Amino acid sequence: MPQPSCPLTSQQVVDIYFMEHRAKLLDVAAFLDRLERAEGHEGLQDVRVRALKKAIPLLLDSNCENHANRTQRMLELLSDHTTEPTPAAHTQSALGADPNTQY
Amino acid sequence: MAYIDPHIHMVSRTTDDYRRMAQAGCVAITEPAFWAGFDRSSPAGFYDYFRQLTDVEPKRAAQYGIAHYCWLCINPKEAEDPAFAREVMKLIPEFLDKPNVLGIGEIGLNKNSRNELIILEEQIELAKQHDRLILVHTPHLEDKLKGTRMTMDALINAGIDPGRVLIDHVEEHTVAEVLDRGFWAGMTLYPDSKCTPQRAVDIIECYGNERIWINSAGDWGPSDPLSVPKCHVEMRRRGHNQKLVEKISLKNPLAFLGQSGRFILPEHS
Ligand SMILES: [Zn+2]
Repeated sequence: MPQPSCPLTSQQVVDIYFMEHRAKLLDVAAFLDRLERAEGHEGLQDVRVRALKKAIPLLLDSNCENHANRTQRMLELLSDHTTEPTPAAHTQSALGADPNTQY
Repeated sequence: MAYIDPHIHMVSRTTDDYRRMAQAGCVAITEPAFWAGFDRSSPAGFYDYFRQLTDVEPKRAAQYGIAHYCWLCINPKEAEDPAFAREVMKLIPEFLDKPNVLGIGEIGLNKNSRNELIILEEQIELAKQHDRLILVHTPHLEDKLKGTRMTMDALINAGIDPGRVLIDHVEEHTVAEVLDRGFWAGMTLYPDSKCTPQRAVDIIECYGNERIWINSAGDWGPSDPLSVPKCHVEMRRRGHNQKLVEKISLKNPLAFLGQSGRFILPEHS
């Protein structure tokens, strides 16, 4: 594996990408606000929301510092980690979080 | 710049898309057989789809100077009924000698079920019997990690040379294992799932530019047939040179697809 390398300086990364990701972070905040304003509580208990709330702290997890593997760790958190084939496919679609994990 | 989009479903796209892709520099595409967004009611539906992939689309693409190649299979979403899947598989050999057919794909898993795995193994065997390349679809979202591992195990157990298989739709949690085991890796650029152009360039920066390519996988869902050139812009924006762009979108696809003995770029034909 090559040494991870981005030709940009860290300051250039901030200058180029900050606004885009500031907007994405505000979108996440607004999504959670919308969820709380909406009628009923089922959505708050939805496995996808619980998984998302577990993933958010990874952004600041010190174990990620200097490893730059937040994306990988988030994807792993949202994955099914069983190894045996599922007995049958009862649906054709995926959720985005593992319905059998206790998030 | 001339580029190859090695995974796009043009049956779901308009002729205007061919024109826009040609204007952006696309010179060749490869189109894997996939789920049409609904389950076909009979194997005859697949027969006509294979005719479309081997006869109709190459002509439509040629109008814009784009070489069109394809892959044939029954996709994993329609493989839960093995009897039905086998009826479709019986149709494939008749089409394998059409000049634009590169191999078997996109095969793989969707919900990682037992029946999907059985049909995957049978299609790997089909590719082996006919000595064809394999293009693998890996599952969506939470099913990807498990399905990617199960698929690689099935390929290795069947004695397939990993250098003749491309595992598509890799992301940060699957790419290292795919490359470490000797397979080729494809990154799909989608607006909401899989990789964005930014993350695809991050992955190249972290895992290198060998045995890896990018594709739009443009289809009937949220997708962008121009995402490959958009990713090139992202590379240049970060200061990567033109050599990297050519490596990812010309040299690498040529090296993998060239193993079919059929893939030729238009200007070289
Ligand atoms: Zn596809």
